[in-house]
Amino acid sequence: MAFEGLADRLQSTIKKITGKGKVSEQDVKEMTREVRLALLEADVNFKVVKDLIARIKERAIGQEVMDSLTPGQQVIKVVKDELTTLMGGEQSKIAVADRSPTVIMMVGLQGAGKTTTSGKLASLLRKQHNRTPLLVACDIYRPAAIKQLETLGEQLDMPVFSMGTEANPVDIATKAIEKAKEEHHDYVIIDTAGRLHVDTNLMEELQQIKTTVKPDEIFLVVDAMTGQDAVNVAESFNEQLDITGVVLTKLDGDTRGGAALSIKAVTDKPIKFAGMGEKLDQLEAFHPDRMASRILGMGDVLSLIEKAQTNVDEKQVKELEEKMRTMSFTFDDFLEQMGQVKQMGPLDDLMAMIPGANKMKGLKNAQLDDKQLSHVEAIIQSMTKKERQDPSIINGSRRKRIAKGSGTSVSQINRLIKQFSEMKKMMKQMTNMQKGKKGKGGFKLPF
Amino acid sequence: MGFMDKLKNKFKQNEETEEVSKKYQEGMKKTRHSFSGKLNDLIARYRKVDEDFFEELEEVLITADVGVTTVMELVEELRMEVKRQKIKDTNGIKDVISEKLVEIYYGDDNQEIEKLQLQENGLSVILVVGVNGVGKTTSIGKLAHQLKQQGKNVILAAGDTFRAGAIEQLEVWGERADVAVIKQNAGSDPAAVIFDGIKAAKSRNADVLICDTAGRLQNKVNLMNELSKVKRVIEREIPDAPHEVLLVLDATTGQNALNQAKTFSEATNVSGIVLTKLDGTAKGGIVLAIRNELNIPVKYVGLGEQVGDLQEFDANAFVYGLFADMAVEE
Repeated sequence: MAFEGLADRLQSTIKKITGKGKVSEQDVKEMTREVRLALLEADVNFKVVKDLIARIKERAIGQEVMDSLTPGQQVIKVVKDELTTLMGGEQSKIAVADRSPTVIMMVGLQGAGKTTTSGKLASLLRKQHNRTPLLVACDIYRPAAIKQLETLGEQLDMPVFSMGTEANPVDIATKAIEKAKEEHHDYVIIDTAGRLHVDTNLMEELQQIKTTVKPDEIFLVVDAMTGQDAVNVAESFNEQLDITGVVLTKLDGDTRGGAALSIKAVTDKPIKFAGMGEKLDQLEAFHPDRMASRILGMGDVLSLIEKAQTNVDEKQVKELEEKMRTMSFTFDDFLEQMGQVKQMGPLDDLMAMIPGANKMKGLKNAQLDDKQLSHVEAIIQSMTKKERQDPSIINGSRRKRIAKGSGTSVSQINRLIKQFSEMKKMMKQMTNMQKGKKGKGGFKLPF
Repeated sequence: MGFMDKLKNKFKQNEETEEVSKKYQEGMKKTRHSFSGKLNDLIARYRKVDEDFFEELEEVLITADVGVTTVMELVEELRMEVKRQKIKDTNGIKDVISEKLVEIYYGDDNQEIEKLQLQENGLSVILVVGVNGVGKTTSIGKLAHQLKQQGKNVILAAGDTFRAGAIEQLEVWGERADVAVIKQNAGSDPAAVIFDGIKAAKSRNADVLICDTAGRLQNKVNLMNELSKVKRVIEREIPDAPHEVLLVLDATTGQNALNQAKTFSEATNVSGIVLTKLDGTAKGGIVLAIRNELNIPVKYVGLGEQVGDLQEFDANAFVYGLFADMAVEE
């Protein structure tokens, strides 16, 4: 694959540096060059990249990185910090007008996904906010665009206002709002035709709709796959219409989505929602921090490190290591350890944070179920103290009892005991290896 | 005689070419302005050909969505060329840059326009694929219109049974172009619709059958399998079909277009590309990357909303449009 993650890219540069006592300015320059290429490959606009790199260089040449023992990781951290700052916080609120209805206008290039997003947004408003939106078909140009919105309306069982292709979009919008008032709709979502930002006539039409219906929100719908041109599009729509927010579509594809960063940088308008699939309920709040990781082509390593650091007590780790060495690791310790893992959050989230985990064979389709953890917990809790200390005494009748007590089956208990003994064996090997190296603190959770 | 003069002369050879190149110039006005404008600006600012110059040149090309790998290769070649020819000032490098770019467009092949592969006799089947919102249905409509104008008997198959309003959209194009549209209800099996299309095309002695498909993101394995199935159905009915598998790409798409081309090729063996929406400010540099990295020829470009704005891709005209400003100045 042409796109390796930033972490991989930096690896080779770092290899050259390790062994050196100190990181030189030249080294930092090389690293920032890699960062620059990674961002460009992710379709972040080059001007935006330039500004970012300048800031990153400044921080990287400063104390933070130069004095660090792990300069590579520090660079990644600095980059991610900068990216996250630029992306801003999460903002998925939708305006509410003082006097109903609240009017939302959807604008954007052809094929960005305005009509689909209109339907999704209406569905979200009804589901999460208990609203009764009216969809308005103002795309009189593209063949069957009205039909598309009407079909979506049918699928959602939601009203769609249209006046055919002969009417003027400004009139359609005006009449729609009158109708919304009559029928007590609290939201009006106006779907407009896709147009190029350089098409003066059509942009004027949008301005006319804007001045006539005075929308409370103007959402620019942008395809997440957009390349360097994203800045021109976003800047132009924002200048001419003063948009209030952005919806990023097709984010369920495999694009790195650098356009998100570019758009935020040039418009300073929040990206509020993300289209995550073809189904009408697949519109989600946009998470800037996740986007930052995605653009860098890495899982959320840093949060994982942070999470592990805060949740795992140093002292407990030492005790555990001692136990592993002496082979006195018991089911009680296992339970405790599981508790720590659980504190870090849902397993799926943890997996998503590990770079490359989604590409690993076998893991890709593994349904990581938190329920499985609960089952294991229940089984151990159904054991007596003695059984937990010494699993070898668990015979057939004890297994039956434990199965009953935990609401599981004997085969599940067999499996757990087998896994546990294998784990113990593995631990022995691991600690033996460490003795040879005399390393300390190399302990890793056996998950 | 400079390189640009050669190009210019080539276009003065006959009027037909001139007309084509005019359309390109018109459609790519914005593209051209920003791209070659930047190149000129760059050359004016740097007198010496040094590392900073190359770095900035990289940026200019990347801004045109050319793709990092292609850019790196190109700049590396330029470095060598500069050394070899002992070029010192930036004016001297202008021609070299253009030549290298053109070389990538053409590849080692002859510089013929790669036309649509249609059967001399009998039915030709064209399968049209791509991600959501790139302009598949619109391109089909325009293509149908043009083929009809050429006196071909064209039939369209409404294989996008998923997106709301897609069948109706194709029907409108069918009416405009005055060609028949074979369809089933929304939600039906696309392979079945295409099968019907083939049957109808055979019984009506059609020359060309164009099959529309639903837009799908290339990382959706199930949907890509569905597409392979559609292709298999076509192959089973007509052994050497589909004669063309056209991948429609949006010119505003960034690096992901390469992924699209790769994955769709794996599923359907793409034979050509339709590059749409080139009339915006998008640079179209992705064409370079696609030709360089995947060797899939671009067959059509969308230069506007009108039916006639879908043009056969002519690398010569494309390059000329891109560099017209420079040619005028020289």
